[in-house]
Amino acid sequence: MKLKSFLLAAAAGTTLLSTLLPLPASAQAKEQFFPVLPYRTGAYAPNGVPWANGYVDYLKLINARDGGVNGVKIAFEECDTGYSTDRGVECYERLKGKASGEIFQPLSTGITFALTTKAPADKNVLITSGYGLSESSDGTVFKWNFPMLGTYWSGADIIMQHITKKEGGNLKGKKIALVYHDSPYGKEPIPLLQERAKLQGYELTLLPVAAPGVEQKATWLQIRQLRPDYVLLWGWGVMNSASIKEAVATGYPRERMYGVWWSAGEPDVKDVGDAAKGYNGLVVFGTEGKALDDIRKLVHGKGQGTGPIEEVGQTLYMRGMTSAVLAVESMRRAQERFGKGKVMTGEQLRWGAENLSLDDKKLAALGLAGIMKPLSTSCSDHEGSRSARIHTWDGKAWKLTSDWYTADEAIIKPMVKAAAKKYAADKNVTPRTPDDCQS
Amino acid sequence: MLYRENGQFKTSYRADQQIFPILQDRIAILAIVAVAVVGVPLFASDYLFRAILIPFAILAIAALGLNILVGYCGQISLGTGAFMAVGAYAAYNFTVRIPGMPLLAALLLGGVCATAVGVAFGIPSLRIRGLYLAVATLAAQFFVEWAFLRIKWLTNDSTSGSVAVGSLSVLGVPIDSPVAKYVLCMAILIVFALLAKNLVRSHIGREWMAIRDMDVAAAVIGIRPVYAKLTAFAVSSFIVGVAGALWAFVHLGSWEPAAFGIERSFQLLFMIIIGGLGSIMGSFFGAAFITILPIVLNRTLPAFGDVFGLHVDTALVSHFESMIFGVLIVFFLIVEPHGLARLWSTAKEKLRLWPFPH
Amino acid sequence: MGFFLETLIGGLMTGMLYSLVALGFVLIFKASGVFNFAQGSMVLFAALAMARFSEWLPRWLGFDNRLVANVLAFLAAMALMVAAAWLIERLVLGKLVNQEGVTLLMATLGISYFFDGFGQTVFGNDIYKVDIGLPKDPVFLFEQVFQGGILVNKEDLYAALIAAALVAALSLFFQKTGTGRALRAVADDHEAAQSVGVPLGRIWVIVWTVAGCVALVAGIIWGSKLGVQFSLSLVALKALPVVILGGLTSVPGAIIGGLIIGVGEKLSEVYIGPHLGGGVEIWFAYVVALAFLLVRPQGLFGEKIIDRV
Repeated sequence: MKLKSFLLAAAAGTTLLSTLLPLPASAQAKEQFFPVLPYRTGAYAPNGVPWANGYVDYLKLINARDGGVNGVKIAFEECDTGYSTDRGVECYERLKGKASGEIFQPLSTGITFALTTKAPADKNVLITSGYGLSESSDGTVFKWNFPMLGTYWSGADIIMQHITKKEGGNLKGKKIALVYHDSPYGKEPIPLLQERAKLQGYELTLLPVAAPGVEQKATWLQIRQLRPDYVLLWGWGVMNSASIKEAVATGYPRERMYGVWWSAGEPDVKDVGDAAKGYNGLVVFGTEGKALDDIRKLVHGKGQGTGPIEEVGQTLYMRGMTSAVLAVESMRRAQERFGKGKVMTGEQLRWGAENLSLDDKKLAALGLAGIMKPLSTSCSDHEGSRSARIHTWDGKAWKLTSDWYTADEAIIKPMVKAAAKKYAADKNVTPRTPDDCQS
Repeated sequence: MLYRENGQFKTSYRADQQIFPILQDRIAILAIVAVAVVGVPLFASDYLFRAILIPFAILAIAALGLNILVGYCGQISLGTGAFMAVGAYAAYNFTVRIPGMPLLAALLLGGVCATAVGVAFGIPSLRIRGLYLAVATLAAQFFVEWAFLRIKWLTNDSTSGSVAVGSLSVLGVPIDSPVAKYVLCMAILIVFALLAKNLVRSHIGREWMAIRDMDVAAAVIGIRPVYAKLTAFAVSSFIVGVAGALWAFVHLGSWEPAAFGIERSFQLLFMIIIGGLGSIMGSFFGAAFITILPIVLNRTLPAFGDVFGLHVDTALVSHFESMIFGVLIVFFLIVEPHGLARLWSTAKEKLRLWPFPH
Repeated sequence: MGFFLETLIGGLMTGMLYSLVALGFVLIFKASGVFNFAQGSMVLFAALAMARFSEWLPRWLGFDNRLVANVLAFLAAMALMVAAAWLIERLVLGKLVNQEGVTLLMATLGISYFFDGFGQTVFGNDIYKVDIGLPKDPVFLFEQVFQGGILVNKEDLYAALIAAALVAALSLFFQKTGTGRALRAVADDHEAAQSVGVPLGRIWVIVWTVAGCVALVAGIIWGSKLGVQFSLSLVALKALPVVILGGLTSVPGAIIGGLIIGVGEKLSEVYIGPHLGGGVEIWFAYVVALAFLLVRPQGLFGEKIIDRV
């Protein structure tokens, strides 16, 4: 059949030709390229989309409001990873060639693990704000990883501090259950919770939920039998709302449920609505501030908004936005040392990320007062700051219900050092010397 | 005119039984191998290696293994991802626990472990057939995924379940640049392709094909179904296991069980069906098609959208990729249900007569 | 003991929900010999259609009554599934008549990729709500006999009843109506059926339409429980053990298989799970199905596979 053979030949020809196409031109001379690795599709999209929108909106704001950082505009490109490690690696490979040094924020602990081995060799920075390896806060081993503004150990510690406070300081004999996503992300808090169980005498039960976490009936039946005093939720994507719905279905009081900052966003409780009243979660960022008004005016107002304007100020949007803040501020700090108005290389960006010191004054100047707490990174501390608050869903919106807590260094620091040492031994990484820290 | 075999007389059984009896075929294959191993490294960019060529080579190995099981022996298996995972984690354990283990030895031992698991999960095939077997092999897929998440010893007690391997080297030559990785994968691919081709031409291959065509009749004429089916599972799992170890070590570097999920199994099945069941060449074609297609779509769709003035965001690109992938699968199945390999052999037949029409 | 009963009842009801999805598989295999891997995507597509239409129709047509919105959305989604069935038959199945099972399986996989992409393009990929008024609170029975009572989920109970009603209707359809008999004839030998005058193309459209409607009901019920999002299509993976356990060609097999798998899954997760670290239910279901298949290779109620040598 002539048509058939023609179509086949055409398909084969286009295929061959397009693989030989050169990659689209990389960033222009005076532009700093920022890769964006979100997931707008797949089972985790409901949570990935607001984060990505916040990230991109802030980058657009810097260009629109400030004309870039000291005149260097920001160029960015998205590559959808679908929360899968090999697509994440493929996106990394595709986007890393676009500039001589880039800041990657994969929003997935799994992809972070994979990129932690690749990024140092390619001189790319990994900022993993609120996720990633908890031990990467030790900058002497993890030179290129920056889990800024809180790792999972800090987060779990803060939840336990809050629960301890609620129980009047004594958790002996109490039962705590952890319902977690069966993946590196979900397993992260386990060492800290086990350490605290030894210190405080509570009984920890681990209940993994197979990804993507849609089917949880058996887990919650077990919780009903166990009758734990508190349930900690470490889920992502659809798993969060499924957990809350199952909690409703088995009658577990939502007031006794505490979710990590990734399990306490609007998409997780929106369609459960009133039934999720009383559900608590960690939150690190505020929801109102000058920068948000600027975004509404200068980005959404000009029709450049990446998502719906109602999303601005929501929990996950703020997470994405502040991640972008960290990247931009690393760039700005690097420029302060290596030349204002120049495009920064990977090494320079890394130095910038390692020497951030954002105090209240600087944050206010950026319009971030009330949104972010001050942070200051250093060679040994890539986390910068480890505070969070608790917010509770009241049926219609999240309301803050606690003061600021700071994670207990006395417990976490030795764990971080031990884990970093093990990582260095396993992967043949020589820890940095103090001189290297000064560079 | 060019592809005639007149004048090529064979004077020994050995010459008559070679894989490529026609001289032009031999020249062509040698040229292709030369281009693949020498020419491509000289001209290809880093990105081309990392994103297309290395995945193609490794997935071609896996497709080869799966084709032996599904195409030659007729046992539909959806647990290929699991066997790849077993190969990968086993190789990892050998590398980590035995200091100084050479890379090739670790890969092959990973394959051996995958063989053991493959044979174990192949035992139901003695009783269950067809689509029931396909779904039963999913038990292997989910069980293995769970095992690597739960059994700490298998991941060297890593708290997160995610493992990574450091610098690789073969016989003292470090394998860290994309070119070196590509050459390693190509070498293993060529060796395994030869191995597979000779296996399927031998008596065991004929036993497999007999089982595929009609296993009751095969048993009647004296072929032991147990032996044939289990050897098919064994050989297939070995090749797939080595491919899995390569995928983890060379392509990913750091992985978790989700990298070998059910999507991977489906992807490999797509490869061999589009490429052609029961054909070694088909595995290559299928692997090339499925590896290149998402990247082609990813590049051309935004450009296509720009032509029409639509801003295509990444979510839409993903969805369109999915849709076009599905449409192309169906299109190929309608147009040539026996796969690209059949198209290729039809082309060769036409080439024998060229430039004459008949 | 109370907890055991609770787990048992929970398992039975989950099993009914699985069998809803499994029914779609069985229907299509029964009537056309095609193992429809696209069933999960069809469930997702139908559920997305229902969720979004029930949101959009009130806005477009300007009324507020939830019941009317749901009914109209249901009809709209059903129309969409009929159109999809017709298109599948014309464009895919009609061209692949007489191909081997594996080819048809791959074609349905291709269709599933298409539906996934198309559904999310048209309807979006956020979590959407299907609210048909099913009660969400649990009910506790026998509180005097067992401490804490036995938990029965009202939503699951209603879902199980709907599934049972659907199965009864389908069984009647197959046994008593002319179309049902024609479907069974086509499943048995489509060439013979054609020679007797059964219009093949139309029959296949009817089969896929019925399967599409079953997918719609399954999608509504699962969507009401879990929210409608891409991960709903993965529910089909949990229904596969049900299909092979019950037998690919048996409607009552889908129900019995569903009950067995549901109970097996929940009991294994609750009683065996803790010893193995948890998360065992998904592969346990397949292992149970595998164990049954070793005894009866064609499934509990499936047709014996007869090989003509």
